[in-house]
Amino acid sequence: MSKKLSPQEYEKTLSYRLGCWLSGSPDPFVGKLEMKPQQILQEDIEEQQQREEDREKLYERIYDIENNTEVRLFQKVYRVFCVVFCVVLVGLLLAAVSYLPTEGKGEKPVNNEVYERYVEKGLEETGAVNLVTGMILDYRAFDTLGESHVLFIATCTVLILLRVDPGKGKKKGEEENDRLYEPKNDIILQTAARVLVPLIIIFGIYIILGGHLGPGGGFSGGAVIGAGLILYLNAFGFAKTERFFTAKTYKIMSFSALACYALAKSYSFYTGANGIESVIPLGTPGAILSSGLILVLNICVGVVVSGTMYTFYVMFRKGGY
Amino acid sequence: MMQVFTYLLLGFLVVCAVSVSLSKNLLNSILIFMSYSLVMSVIWILLESPDLAITEAAVGAGITSVLFFLTLKKIQAMIGSDREEKEGEEKDE
Repeated sequence: MSKKLSPQEYEKTLSYRLGCWLSGSPDPFVGKLEMKPQQILQEDIEEQQQREEDREKLYERIYDIENNTEVRLFQKVYRVFCVVFCVVLVGLLLAAVSYLPTEGKGEKPVNNEVYERYVEKGLEETGAVNLVTGMILDYRAFDTLGESHVLFIATCTVLILLRVDPGKGKKKGEEENDRLYEPKNDIILQTAARVLVPLIIIFGIYIILGGHLGPGGGFSGGAVIGAGLILYLNAFGFAKTERFFTAKTYKIMSFSALACYALAKSYSFYTGANGIESVIPLGTPGAILSSGLILVLNICVGVVVSGTMYTFYVMFRKGGY
Repeated sequence: MMQVFTYLLLGFLVVCAVSVSLSKNLLNSILIFMSYSLVMSVIWILLESPDLAITEAAVGAGITSVLFFLTLKKIQAMIGSDREEKEGEEKDE
């Protein structure tokens, strides 16, 4: 039997407030709590002078080293402590290095059966010519999934910290402020960007797609593409980049990439854990369409990384798309 | 010959690392940090790990330094930047 609550009591429960929040009704605390907007400091000239004088006096008293014995003592102790600390730290680290096993010794912890397995069976099991990519996107794909999510969370945090509410900038100085963010139309930069940006982006795509064949992979290729996008933005301004890359594009891109990664990898985890033969063919090593899921995963990581780099830059510069 | 080149680059790394922390000008520190990343990527190639070299060049020398520059501009610590000059002119008027 559930207890029947009176309407007043029901309004206090968590579920009622959650329901309100979900249906988008306004915050019940608005209007009840005292909320004052921050005001610009207004003071007379005399008050201002008084304040500045006080501040200067305070600094003089603090940094009057000849009479202030505490500061003098502190400075001496601080310097001595700095030197002692550095020497101790360097000594400790060097001592730790001297305990490491020497290069090429047999009983080193690195020399175990894991790396033999990677070297001998890596090409056969993953199908990737580049063993490094085979390792990070096949044997240890779960780590890479975590890394991609870390990047995504980092972007979310930057968004929370640096995003400027677009509704609140509509004041008289908006135009002036906007020009600060926009670069001047620099002809040298624009001409160089016109030549370089396509090359940089094509190189990035090449790195991503060839990740399982040669050096490269999702992270480095994504970073290169992100750098190309940043160069394009610097040369031509936000008006041009916003035609193809906005916050919505970023959301869709990174969500679908992360979801694709997670789905593809959970399939291979499922088959691997239950001993089922995977239907994804490994292909001939050396061909572009080979090595099973690695190519797809590389593209996913590249999309996430390039979007993240570009979003970081935009957030730092303008605080919103 | 290659050995000497490697030692030269490693020495440059140490010099860079020390001078980043000793430099008074923040803009100079960032430029030194950038060159550190660039030399580091050359060293990665010498150590036969081109994967890392590409990433180091793109992230270390490219994007991180650009973000540092932006932050410097935001906190108005870049000496001689356009904005400072503009404000100075306005004050003179």
